[in-house]
Amino acid sequence: MESFLSRYKNSLVLIVIVLAQAIALAVQVQRPKNAMGGVEPDGRHTTVLRYWAVSLVSPFEKVIHWSSFDVRHVWSGYVGLRHTHQENQQLQLELARMRLEQAAFAEDAAQGRRLQALLAFKQQYINSTVAAQVIGTSGSDSSRILYLDKGSADGLKPDQAVITPNGVVGKLRDVFPHTAQLLLLNDATSGAGVILSSTRIRGILRGTANGSVQINNLTADSRIKTGEKVITSGGDMVFPRGLPVGVIQSIAPDPQHQPYMAITIKPDADLSRLEEVLVITGTQAVMPVAAQQDAAAADATAAQQDAQRAADIVAERLPGADAATGSTGSTGSTGGEPVIPKSPGALHPDKYSPGAPPPADEMTPGAAAPK
Amino acid sequence: MAEHSYTSRRELDQYGFNSAVALLVPLGCILLQAVLPKTFPRLAIFDLPLIVVIFFAVARRNPIAGTITGTLVGLFQDGLTNHPFGVNGIAKGIIGYAAASVGYAVDVDNLINRIVLNFGFSLLQSGLLYLIARLLLGDMTARLLPVHELIRAVCNAALSVPVFYVLDRFKSRD
Repeated sequence: MESFLSRYKNSLVLIVIVLAQAIALAVQVQRPKNAMGGVEPDGRHTTVLRYWAVSLVSPFEKVIHWSSFDVRHVWSGYVGLRHTHQENQQLQLELARMRLEQAAFAEDAAQGRRLQALLAFKQQYINSTVAAQVIGTSGSDSSRILYLDKGSADGLKPDQAVITPNGVVGKLRDVFPHTAQLLLLNDATSGAGVILSSTRIRGILRGTANGSVQINNLTADSRIKTGEKVITSGGDMVFPRGLPVGVIQSIAPDPQHQPYMAITIKPDADLSRLEEVLVITGTQAVMPVAAQQDAAAADATAAQQDAQRAADIVAERLPGADAATGSTGSTGSTGGEPVIPKSPGALHPDKYSPGAPPPADEMTPGAAAPK
Repeated sequence: MAEHSYTSRRELDQYGFNSAVALLVPLGCILLQAVLPKTFPRLAIFDLPLIVVIFFAVARRNPIAGTITGTLVGLFQDGLTNHPFGVNGIAKGIIGYAAASVGYAVDVDNLINRIVLNFGFSLLQSGLLYLIARLLLGDMTARLLPVHELIRAVCNAALSVPVFYVLDRFKSRD
């Protein structure tokens, strides 16, 4: 027996270690349920082990991140300012254009809100967000996890949605006191409820092993076209409704799941180059104050534009109206009061021009007309 | 002058490492592996911890030490992913055992042998991870992407040359 053990000592150690881990895997696969009836990502013991691993690495990740951030900040703040003035002018033009677009959409939005109120539709507005920096990754391309520099101490909780100004990027998985795991949309274990924006077809978005994002629970439908926008449906209780996700990149039969289609989505946010993200920490049923103010401003701009359009119509029908106001394309209002166009008088007096003919008592019958 | 006497090739080629090196090198590699893909996403195809496991295993030529090193490094990696603990632990434990066993048979100081070893073990790890996902975790969505895994093996083999060269400096005779 002793000779057997000493002879196969190496193999026995390997077998014992592998067997122990296989049993541990079997235990971890059965995930505990949480109070909401959902499934926790990890059991309690697994979370503790993961916390240890993350705690060992994240301080170094933060140091590396902030030191590189300082270098980039110096570069972008002082060296890379060559074309800032030009960019500023372009951005101001773009902002003006966006304001006009916003005003154009304000009426539709107001109408939509009125209809939602009539139908007692419960819309969820983003109430509060926490900005977080990406400090590290899982280090494996089979596990699309990023680490954020904020944790439960900053109000983060598991399953909170994470977005960028471009669109949805994922949700929080494990949250530790000062660090959190962000599970990206393109991870194989990730999912989200979505709607195709124009056809209003609902689907479930999933990540794949090769890092792409697909909807693969829809059958072939001629209405689904490439280039169509995809937004969140809100049905998964994680992502608020209406957030941009991406556009349909390709549609092909899914060989693994016939007769379903593999609809590949190109995410609006660049998932491979995330620097800063917003974690949605709160939603509410009524529109936030800031958004209400923006909507009011947009309404005012829309009303202003309507008045301008009315003035333009008047100016078009009465070409002299512009000269009377002394401007072209006038705003049509001064201090909120609409301007009534006045005739400046004819350039070449004729018999139809008011005040042009001399008084009747000065006219002599049969005499030539005055020049 | 101290006189050394070696009784076998195994003892002749067996190396040891300072405790600090044995601890900090794998930790540093795991940290680099976690940080670099943030700035350079394509670097996620490398597996620096795997290269380190192979290096320590072939240098020590002790299958038990290779298994334990591989398992610990793999478990640490699992802690940073969303995989259950044991996925990388099992795969790297087996790699550590196999690398230490192969270390007896081949000259691991030879450049070509090092490249071939790393290429082969990278492919072996990909196969093991696929089998673990399919058979032990029951994940039917797990896919083996042959071209991607071949590229990964080539990348790891190429990276192993400078990494082995640097780590050779830390070797010491037991």
